[in-house]
Amino acid sequence: MRPVFVNIGERTNVTGSARFRKLISDGDYPAALSVARDQVEAGAQVIDVNMDEGLLDSVQAMTTFLNLIAAEPDIARVPVMIDSSKWEVIEAGLKCVQGKAIVNSISLKEGEEKFLEQATACLRYGAAVVVMAFDTKGQADTRNRKVEICARAYQLLTEKIGFPPEDIIFDPNIFAIATGIEEHDNYGVDFIEATRAIKQQLPHARVSGGVSNVSFSFRGNEPVRRAMHSVFLYHAIAAGMDMGIVNAGDLPVYDDIEPELREAVEDVILNRKPGATERLVDLAPKYKGGKAAPRVVDLVWREGPVAARLSHALVHGVTEYIEADTEEARLAATRPLDVIEGPLMDGMNVVGDLFGAGKMFLPQVVKSARVMKQAVAWLLPFMEAEQAGKPRQMAGRVLMATVKGDVHDIGKNIVGVVLQCNNYEVIDLGVMAPADRILDEAVALNVDIVGLSGLITPSLDEMVFVAGEMERRGLSIPLLIGGATTSKTHTAVKVAPGYTRGSTTYVLDASRAVGVVSSLLSKDNRAAFEAETRADYEKVRQQFSRAQAAKIRTPLAAARANRFAVDWQAWRSPPPAFIGTRTFAPWDLDDLARYIDWTPFFSAWELVGRFPAILEDDVVGEAARGLYADAQAMLKQILEARWYEARGVVGLWPANADGDDVIVWTDETRTVERARFHTLRQQMAKSEGRANTALADFVAPTGADYIGGFAVTAGHGEAGVAARFKAAGDDYSAIIAAALADRLAEAFAEALHHKVRAELWGYAPGEPFDLEALLGEKYQGIRPAPGYPAQPDHTEKATLFSLLDATAATGIELTESYAMTPPSSVSGLYFANPAAHYFGVGKIERDQVEDYARRKGWDVKTAERWLSPILNYEPAR
Amino acid sequence: MTGRVARIAALYAAARERILVLDGSWGVMIQGKHLSEADFRGERFAGHDVPLKGDNDLLCLTRPDIVTDLHDAYFAAGADIAETNTFNATAISQSDYGLEAAAPDINTAAAALARESADRWTAKTPDKPRFVAGAIGPLSRTLSMSSDVNDPGARQVTFDAVYDAYRDQARALHLGGVDLFLVETIFDTLNAKAAIKAILDLEDEGLERLPMWISGTITDRSGRTLSGQTVEAFWHSIRHARPFAVGFNCALGADLMRPHVAELARIADTLVAAYPNAGLPNAFGEYDEEAHQTAARLEEWAQSGLVNILGGCCGTTPDHIAAIARAVAGKTPRIVPSRPPAMRLSGLEAFELA
Repeated sequence: MRPVFVNIGERTNVTGSARFRKLISDGDYPAALSVARDQVEAGAQVIDVNMDEGLLDSVQAMTTFLNLIAAEPDIARVPVMIDSSKWEVIEAGLKCVQGKAIVNSISLKEGEEKFLEQATACLRYGAAVVVMAFDTKGQADTRNRKVEICARAYQLLTEKIGFPPEDIIFDPNIFAIATGIEEHDNYGVDFIEATRAIKQQLPHARVSGGVSNVSFSFRGNEPVRRAMHSVFLYHAIAAGMDMGIVNAGDLPVYDDIEPELREAVEDVILNRKPGATERLVDLAPKYKGGKAAPRVVDLVWREGPVAARLSHALVHGVTEYIEADTEEARLAATRPLDVIEGPLMDGMNVVGDLFGAGKMFLPQVVKSARVMKQAVAWLLPFMEAEQAGKPRQMAGRVLMATVKGDVHDIGKNIVGVVLQCNNYEVIDLGVMAPADRILDEAVALNVDIVGLSGLITPSLDEMVFVAGEMERRGLSIPLLIGGATTSKTHTAVKVAPGYTRGSTTYVLDASRAVGVVSSLLSKDNRAAFEAETRADYEKVRQQFSRAQAAKIRTPLAAARANRFAVDWQAWRSPPPAFIGTRTFAPWDLDDLARYIDWTPFFSAWELVGRFPAILEDDVVGEAARGLYADAQAMLKQILEARWYEARGVVGLWPANADGDDVIVWTDETRTVERARFHTLRQQMAKSEGRANTALADFVAPTGADYIGGFAVTAGHGEAGVAARFKAAGDDYSAIIAAALADRLAEAFAEALHHKVRAELWGYAPGEPFDLEALLGEKYQGIRPAPGYPAQPDHTEKATLFSLLDATAATGIELTESYAMTPPSSVSGLYFANPAAHYFGVGKIERDQVEDYARRKGWDVKTAERWLSPILNYEPAR
Repeated sequence: MTGRVARIAALYAAARERILVLDGSWGVMIQGKHLSEADFRGERFAGHDVPLKGDNDLLCLTRPDIVTDLHDAYFAAGADIAETNTFNATAISQSDYGLEAAAPDINTAAAALARESADRWTAKTPDKPRFVAGAIGPLSRTLSMSSDVNDPGARQVTFDAVYDAYRDQARALHLGGVDLFLVETIFDTLNAKAAIKAILDLEDEGLERLPMWISGTITDRSGRTLSGQTVEAFWHSIRHARPFAVGFNCALGADLMRPHVAELARIADTLVAAYPNAGLPNAFGEYDEEAHQTAARLEEWAQSGLVNILGGCCGTTPDHIAAIARAVAGKTPRIVPSRPPAMRLSGLEAFELA
């Protein structure tokens, strides 16, 4: 699961839900259980259980309810948050859960001794804890008190009793604002700033809070309260808030809040203007009834009949009138379902045809899907009310997931949207989905197709594993493989042979997805299609094994003898401005915008061509211009409202090559080895005069030389932004938001490298800023990343991250497959020598794998696993 | 260093160097001795009012010679680690025989017998030190599952009762001199969590912390424990014990256990241990898989880098253990992977906030 904001449902909380309170006091546990079940089915990742009610035997109620949940696999699937202000109730709860729960909460309220006693018990029962910012003096209200108490609690927990920092969640207290009492005005800012400081200063700890408190003084006016929650979360999540108790389902999207109201709410939450409370109080009654009437803009197409208007809105991706038009169509139709099956599907068919004919392009199709989703959302309550509202007849059900260890999902989301446009039901398990969960869901939901996606190379292995598990479980559902590192060859050689009961198909890009899925689900074509694919893959396998046999590799010793020779006399690196690391958190986003390379942004949307020429392209120019305009508009918002935060860290160290390794020294005396980077050497047969290169060749074996490393991210905040768009049914904006975060991260890497060359390492002072030259890599030195062609081993990131202390400095974490999260992150090494250049290691032979395993302290099996994409041989099974 | 501190250091060192071997089953071996009711009773329980035949753990008090013989047989076969004969030696399980009060004595005696045999073998082969694991079994009563079809919330036993029974057992084993605890055959993770808490709480009595080995049981091909957890959820639930080793035993033979051990090997940042049954029981409840068959399967696990400790559960004999020890001799133990820190929770399924 990606680090999205975790909504903790509060419907099984007697203090938060009057209905649940009544069910529990009446002893109606079956109905109380169904509340929990609904919550899990609606997507709650954790359920909060609270039985703190004066008239209730809370210990008894907690025990009974949790024991009942244990008998309900649908509910017991997810972890529980055991919520009580009374320790004996918490302890009773801990005695009922076999899983690892979260305790909510403990604090320093009664002093250190009590706090550590309860924390030790949590540690020994096996639970994560929420720690309230509360001490013997009371609840912390200012930013500084919040941070001070949390820092003290963190230190006590981690240093005195060895509590794992990743199992600590701080609740720095959300208090009511706009109460009319001046001291309360800054409470929102205090929480947000405390959150930011906690996330920066206390590594691995998380931040949570109860959001509804903030708007307490507006109770009775739900629209204003919801707007306050939305704006508050928007800023708190950007500052690093990870989870919260909130009913997220009915929050408005930040951007959809009426600007006048949003401005007033924002003034109050951010306490940025005197008199803000009075203005919001004055404004509030106006919004009590609901939204203001939409503006009316007259356009020619608005004069057509409703079906034509719906079709126009779908094809052109216009959301402005969709609800009104859908409503008009509904009133004219016998049943709401007829609107979907009639004019809306007609419109989508036009979209599908235009896409199929190459007259519409992905960004436009995804925009159409946004319109469709909003129309369906409008009709849904009517269809439910109608009772007879049978589920829509869908063309098929496709389950999609980014596999375990991987966090990248832009491509998968695009495919999902395209399939939905073509009337397929898509079940999206998100990112980091373990095989278990994918297959459990596939069976439980009786899906027609399973699609796996991944971007980093270890995901290839995980896909092979999932295919093997499908075989083991006796499934025969067709399997689709897609994502940037996947290939037809890998699918044919590694994935398909492990899954003999069903078919496996590689899907090159989103535009092929519909064709493949419809063939696989067609009664008439399926058998032929699968047979064709199998025959095709058999051919690929044969070609592959022939190519294998033909690929002659140079023995490692010979390759080493033919290393890339640098003339160490010709150029020597000056000493960098500093040795060690330097953190840039945050880096100015505005500065990054000018470094953006737009070409890959368009290719993410399957629009091929170089920027800016692509905007004038005869074929895709129009689609590209539309996309570019939308991206620019969003980029402007990102920069103005600071949606994302860019953080980076640079390290520079004395270094020398030692064979194919690079030793990083603790200091200039070059006596104590601090760490060691391992590099891989090309083993392809080289013609005379061409070297078998390894990255280690670019560092001097003796004398003064240096190596650098960096990790940057522009992804903090992106998950929250994308989640908000998605929750509102706007996948188009969600994908743009994610793609822009990627671009900003790449831009950050460029900008930082520029600064390193000119100042921090300073080996190229006075290098002018020239974007074309930068993007053309026309500068001295390289910044190769572990996991990419010059060093295909992702695990080297662990060494890099530990040298940089990158997680603490930037908040970037590594998954078990060494993917970086947030996904919009870049890391790599710096080599300064003018002779340093990018290259691909290519396939390597067993002798190098064995040597590499020895250097890494691995066994050969482990080495073969991590290097599996570049092995020039079939490892023993 | 006290004797035990040095032994524990030697245990960690040995686990880094090679694949360690645990002993095999006790049930089959004791059955083979054809003991009578009188053997089980001995002098001490001659007048007890409940039949005692079948209470194998009781033999630690009434036929210590047989227990020592079995330890010796497994050490002779090449086992590095012996389990104490205490699978059912809690007050709760012994209450089936009306012997709650004898439970602490059984554990103390069992630890002493295993200790004596292990020390004798260590003296004989100092380059292959032998260790004693205090076996803590699952109980016949479970905390996560209802005892009454009509009331899903009903439980036959409370957490506190389970905790007390385990704490008494663990204390007696500790005082009796075991080198580590083996909480095993876990089909309900909540029972195991009670045992873990009981063991950790011994520190409050001033008893030094001993290594813990936690061994769950995947009951069938679904890949879940009887109480419904997936492999990864199980790992998240018990990882707070910071175990010396984690693994699976019982219920399945090596062939069916492999995928679950492989999954654990992928995710657990500690040693991985497994001791499967000798295949599945035949129609007569007997195990047919022969020593060389079990050993060949486990050899492949070792070659694939899946495990650090191997042994046998139901149906395995000293022959099996000898074959396993031969098969894995000189094989490289699995390398413990490191995982980035993340909040990892679980219900029946795993949850990770990366």
